Amino acid sequence: MPPFLVIARLTIQESSRRRLLLALLVLTLLVVGFSAWGFNKITTVTRSDGTPLPPDQVALLTSQLLIVITFMFSGVLALSAAVVAGPLISAEVESGLLLSMLARPVRRSEVVIGKWLGLAVLVAIYAAFAGTLELAAVDWATGYMPPHPVELLMYVAAEGLILLSLGLLLSTRLSGITAGVIALAAWLIAWIAGVVGDIGTGLQNQALENVGIVSHLLLPSDGLWRGAIYAMEPDTFIAAMRALGTAGRANPFAATDPPPLSFLAWVIAWFAIVLTLSIASFRRREI
Amino acid sequence: MAEVAEKPEAAAFDEVAAGTPAVKTVELTKRFGRTVALAGLSMTVPRGEVFGFLGPNGAGKTTAVKLLLGLLTPTSGEGWLLGKRLGDLGARRRIGYLPELFRYQAWLSAAEVLALHCELAPLPRSSWKDEIRTVLDTVGLTDRANDKIGTFSKGMQQRLGLGAALLGEPELVFLDEPTSALDPVGRHDVREVIRGLASRGTAVFLNSHLLSEVEQVCDRVAVVDHGRVIASGTMDDLLSGTTVRVRVTGLTQADKNKLSGFGRLDDEGDSLTFASLDAGRVPELVSSIVAMGGRVYEVAPRHQTLEDRFLQLLEDEEK
Repeated sequence: MPPFLVIARLTIQESSRRRLLLALLVLTLLVVGFSAWGFNKITTVTRSDGTPLPPDQVALLTSQLLIVITFMFSGVLALSAAVVAGPLISAEVESGLLLSMLARPVRRSEVVIGKWLGLAVLVAIYAAFAGTLELAAVDWATGYMPPHPVELLMYVAAEGLILLSLGLLLSTRLSGITAGVIALAAWLIAWIAGVVGDIGTGLQNQALENVGIVSHLLLPSDGLWRGAIYAMEPDTFIAAMRALGTAGRANPFAATDPPPLSFLAWVIAWFAIVLTLSIASFRRREI
Repeated sequence: MAEVAEKPEAAAFDEVAAGTPAVKTVELTKRFGRTVALAGLSMTVPRGEVFGFLGPNGAGKTTAVKLLLGLLTPTSGEGWLLGKRLGDLGARRRIGYLPELFRYQAWLSAAEVLALHCELAPLPRSSWKDEIRTVLDTVGLTDRANDKIGTFSKGMQQRLGLGAALLGEPELVFLDEPTSALDPVGRHDVREVIRGLASRGTAVFLNSHLLSEVEQVCDRVAVVDHGRVIASGTMDDLLSGTTVRVRVTGLTQADKNKLSGFGRLDDEGDSLTFASLDAGRVPELVSSIVAMGGRVYEVAPRHQTLEDRFLQLLEDEEK
């Protein structure tokens, strides 16, 4: 097996042996269980005349609540990815764990790629598993399924991968806790900058709009989150938001358009650039 | 440090490399900012030799090993391992390394750590089982093969690290302070392992500040201080002098100062030790002491130990 796959396997094995996967599984089941119970309550809401809500209103309420829950879920995923990726290389350099491994015929690039790959597989599997479970629970509780469930899971997973990649890059130089905290702060700043960009759109202020554009380029996590929102919104809701014009685009929990293809191409380039920088940085690191 | 990829002609070069030294460096230098960790190390370690690299803490021993293994990038100078330039991946297939800071995956078992190193080495999968069994037996961890490293004492982890360095019968083994966490039995075992390696023709680069350990197993040594080699040679070359200890009373400080002409004097009150004193001059020394009115109770000449020589070298270096 090539060394990068050995390192990837080792990363997955470590998460499993250290019971990280078990902890995530238990927490996910708890959250999905609670949210299913909460979503089920929407179907029991009645109007003032005592009649139940019509299905389109249940769908609208559910979609909005699902966006909020997915925001929290993607936040937890991003946080977990940043916290796990932050010490991924630095902790092993500081402890000496990498010394004997790097004295083997293993390239530094293979260590970086292997660790990224191992954690990326975990993020992708966890996003797919937890997301599918949540969507199935919502479907069971309310009969609502977002219009683009596969895209939704892909956007959420990609957001996790962005934080993983940023954490790994920082981990090649900074201590684990510093790398994790910076990655997390960057994620929050990018989200706030995205909101500022939205406000700029609403107010038709180019300078504020540019803040959002630049932040989407530097750290595409918020841009991907907008894609996730779009994938969760019913068509009727999107039509209503579009009808509001620029004001409809100023809502941080709404998206009137999917991310443009050029942005998705940039996301792929961003991954390539950050991984290349990580490799270059780790190559120059004195161990 | 950037790795040097294996070149297509590497296989052909191997045959040439077979006659090359295990380690060769020319003016290998490493600076960390303004601190000089290693200042122009030039040395050659022939194949099959047990080479001791000695020095006090912070002398640059570990820096030298890390430079040789490609874990650090030299500021200047160059070096070769088994005929290949430093950083060459092909050479690393034939090298074993026990780091000074030994640490292994706490969540793996001893056998799993060794299997990981077999895979990275890389050794043919069919040989892993035998390799792991042999190595565990050599380092005395057979009974703990399936226990998690997290439950191991430091000494056991160091034994495991030694085992990992022995996998695949390497041509060159770097041992950086290999007994720092071991009890006397463990130290004895390590010496046996080193002798075993030497008997099958493996070159051993032993970093240590435990001089008795080095004295017992090394063919040749280099003494390093402040990043510079201050002496090197075979044990016989280095330890040619005699040390004489004299138990004496009745001498004044002025008398003792006069006696320092016989050799570097270590004054411990009633016990005077003369380093590098030729055995033929012992009667002359005793006569001088008696003439000064000293009362001699014991004269004990002995061969200079590595510790004597080491301290002498460091003291000369300070002057």
